[in-house]
Amino acid sequence: MTKQVQQLDQVIIRFAGDSGDGMQLAGDRFTQETASFGNDLSTLPNFPAEIRAPAGTLPGVSSFQLHFADHDILTPGDAPDVLVAMNPAALKANLDDLPRGADIIANTDEFTRRNLAKVGYDANPLEDGSLDGYQLHAIPITSVTVKALEGYDISKKDAERAKNMFSLGMLCWLYNRPADGTLRFLESKFASKPEIMKANITAFQAGWNYGETTEEFSVQYEIKPATLPPGQYRNITGNTALANGLVTAAKLAGLQMFLGSYPITPASDILHELSKYKRFGIRTFQAEDEISGVGAALGAAFGGALGVTSTSGPGMCLKAETIGLASAVELPLIVCDIQRAGPSTGMPTKTEQADLLMALYGRNGESPLVVIAPATPGDCFTTALEATRIAVKYRTPVIILSDGYLANGSEPWRIPDLAELPDLRAEFSFATANQTPGGGTESEPFMPYRRDPLTLARPWAIPGTPGLEHRIGGIEKADGIGTISYDPDNHDKMVRLRQAKIDGIAADIPPLEVDDPDGDARVLVLGWGSTFGSIGAAVRRVRLAGGSVAQAHLRHLSPFPANLGDVLKQYDKVLVPEINTGQLALVLRGRYLIDVISYNRVRGLPFRAAELCGVIQDVIFNA
Amino acid sequence: MPRPLDVEGANGEGHVSSGNGAGRLSSLTLVPRADQQLNTKDFKSDQEVRWCPGCGDYAILAAFQSFLPELDVPRENLVIISGIGCSSRLPYYVNSYGLHSIHGRAPAIATGLATSRQDLSLWVITGDGDALSIGGNHLIHALRRNVNIKILLFNNRIYGLTKGQYSPTSEQGKVTKSTPFGSLDTPFNPLSLALGAEASFVARTIDSDRKHLTSVLRAAADHRGTAFVEIYQNCPIFNDDAFAPVTEPGARDEHVIRLEHGQPVKFGPSGERGLRFSPVGSLEVVPVPADGSQDSSLLVHNAHAADPSYAFALSRLDSVDMAHTPIGIFRDVERQTYDDAMSSQIDAARAKRGDGDLAALLAGGDTWRVG
Repeated sequence: MTKQVQQLDQVIIRFAGDSGDGMQLAGDRFTQETASFGNDLSTLPNFPAEIRAPAGTLPGVSSFQLHFADHDILTPGDAPDVLVAMNPAALKANLDDLPRGADIIANTDEFTRRNLAKVGYDANPLEDGSLDGYQLHAIPITSVTVKALEGYDISKKDAERAKNMFSLGMLCWLYNRPADGTLRFLESKFASKPEIMKANITAFQAGWNYGETTEEFSVQYEIKPATLPPGQYRNITGNTALANGLVTAAKLAGLQMFLGSYPITPASDILHELSKYKRFGIRTFQAEDEISGVGAALGAAFGGALGVTSTSGPGMCLKAETIGLASAVELPLIVCDIQRAGPSTGMPTKTEQADLLMALYGRNGESPLVVIAPATPGDCFTTALEATRIAVKYRTPVIILSDGYLANGSEPWRIPDLAELPDLRAEFSFATANQTPGGGTESEPFMPYRRDPLTLARPWAIPGTPGLEHRIGGIEKADGIGTISYDPDNHDKMVRLRQAKIDGIAADIPPLEVDDPDGDARVLVLGWGSTFGSIGAAVRRVRLAGGSVAQAHLRHLSPFPANLGDVLKQYDKVLVPEINTGQLALVLRGRYLIDVISYNRVRGLPFRAAELCGVIQDVIFNA
Repeated sequence: MPRPLDVEGANGEGHVSSGNGAGRLSSLTLVPRADQQLNTKDFKSDQEVRWCPGCGDYAILAAFQSFLPELDVPRENLVIISGIGCSSRLPYYVNSYGLHSIHGRAPAIATGLATSRQDLSLWVITGDGDALSIGGNHLIHALRRNVNIKILLFNNRIYGLTKGQYSPTSEQGKVTKSTPFGSLDTPFNPLSLALGAEASFVARTIDSDRKHLTSVLRAAADHRGTAFVEIYQNCPIFNDDAFAPVTEPGARDEHVIRLEHGQPVKFGPSGERGLRFSPVGSLEVVPVPADGSQDSSLLVHNAHAADPSYAFALSRLDSVDMAHTPIGIFRDVERQTYDDAMSSQIDAARAKRGDGDLAALLAGGDTWRVG
């Protein structure tokens, strides 16, 4: 049977099922195939914090959304065109997000009376006409999979578990995805269990054939590859990009890297990733707690290593005192905060941008430091390089504010040519004796706090360097000589010097760029961090509808780019969307006396582009 | 690059007395030697020592500084890390690299430094509040990991720097500013705690006994791994004479049990008392036969026993009244250090598949080309 092939420019699909149904894996494989096919894409994994919540319940629903297109896209998409619902809970939890006319592929085997009752369905929605507005594909996925695997020497449970591969095969047929990568993946994943491997491959192929041969789907879709800038590409998540960026940065700086970390969602993958890189000489230390993780990283930095710690909000609270020490002893330190919904434990697997004020100010005393935030998953790589550059050049802690959405979301990433990356060795040097400034000779004692006049950085004098023996600590130090000082004027001076050092970095970072194609926009949308995609997509929609709006995005949150104040003053209205209750807005108001308009939603999810589009249009209308 | 220790000279009981190079102390096999003979003066900094008059810390500092030349380590390869408290001011007074950190965290900070720099001799200075209250977690995990650091715990059984509150080693019922009706908690026995945390080297010494203190420092430096040394330290201001039973000339011979590996445990003014195991596994004090005859049930000290039960039993002899207080090396056994193990993993990964290829890492698995 030859089926009709229809061209689409973009599709949003969502795999949803029980936590144990393998939806993240199916989504991840579909993403890999889509990436290697050459579409642009953006993903949004969304799963519960519980490893296995009670089966069939709403809290146990795990989903994976993928937006792919023949052009460049910025977000995982607002509303899925296709929902794969492996059970009633998955249908119920996701139906509200579906526009009328969307395709629903439902696994009828799981729509039993008991499972329906579990989530409060009185009648079977697949049969009661309530889904009439959608394209419903009711398929007994579990039983078809089990039937396809009858010849294999595997348990019924293992056969049922292959249903995610059946679904994946069906979707891969429907959207004309290549299958080679998934077959290779299954061969390697189940290399030690050949029977399971064969069964999963058969399930995948059965799903593919089901799409092709049955009359369930009358149309097959094709989405042409996107035109991206030339280069070699891979698909990458934010956490992997951050880990790779740190390894690269250490190499570019010629430093040994030491990671001290304690497992915490959604940051643990950084520890997992870096602990694989023994061949790069990376030392990873799973500490007894968050405090020890950052303490060990600071100890390593004292010894001349690139000290890194990774965590999320609750861990940041515990690390605060040590970050303050790093600020006082003025040593390089990279702190990766993969933000999640708070307060307290909050929603560990859900995203949020509410650690900004903590990163800027959440320590005792005046302890200024550098804060930067990546905008996309792939941008986490660049951010790691920038964090390292600033940390080693200025001898300061740098906090990287990523978040759960960037950490687990993925996008195509152009693999950089090593030759095009900056030489970070040029940014700093370890102190040696007899240098100026610093001394370290018999006649002139070493001065660990005599600063470089240009950067205000103090010498990075590491143990093993003769003549530079010195003692420092959290107690206030005398300017220059660095010995304990309780002198009132010295303290005032040191507080200001530490601030001046951080402020001065503004001259060493790129100015804020504004995207204002019309040149006559009266409204500026200013974001930071992971809202880049949503804001960008919303701005495009506004412009398509004839609206005029400028967009700018902050990577550097401390210090701000030097031109930020001037940029803000050029617009009648400044809209600041944030996934918190207005933290950047508070800082901008206090710092620049600009009455910015704050737009805030804290749902644990990225903004929807449609929602932001409406907000921007309202602001333009009222401007 | 630092390399893992080539174990040599195991003496048959799981103990390494020295590593490579004749006379090199075991913890220093990857540390360069001093290129000149250093003396006590070389390790004094220009900072005025600011402890209270009569503080036990002076005696410990003096003993430490006069011992340091024995390490045969250049000043620049010596690092002292401390937490917060009176004892933690010590790094300022030693002319080496020093980091006076934050309360309780010195073992964690030292762990990061020790695992990334094996060419350093690393000493942690801490107190009973710093190590056993706020920093208890870091202490036990450093001990269990066996990081190559030497931890000197100055135990004065009181909080000095905050002016006299009871500490986790204060006796129950201690009346202080924060406990006017007496403290309620049972104190820690630091050595029992360390042994329970899988410590490979555990010792106790006393601030006023310079010779003994120095010998314990020497043994600690000769141990590759975490060496835990409790030093009884008198606080003349807030807890004076807390250790009088083991320091006063008239009393100490009655109460102090000097442990020496391979020697029968005898104590008392004329060595008239010994130790033996009771039927329930604890140690009890028994008379030594006056006629000089051998009693095979009397204990001979073995610091190198693989099983820590005996060392634990020894640590339990100590009580609040200090009737029987062992000092010396309770336990000293060889176990791979965390830093050596980490280096070995890296070396093994490189030996097997070569140095990491950054371009290959960034390319990951599946890639595609555009344009």
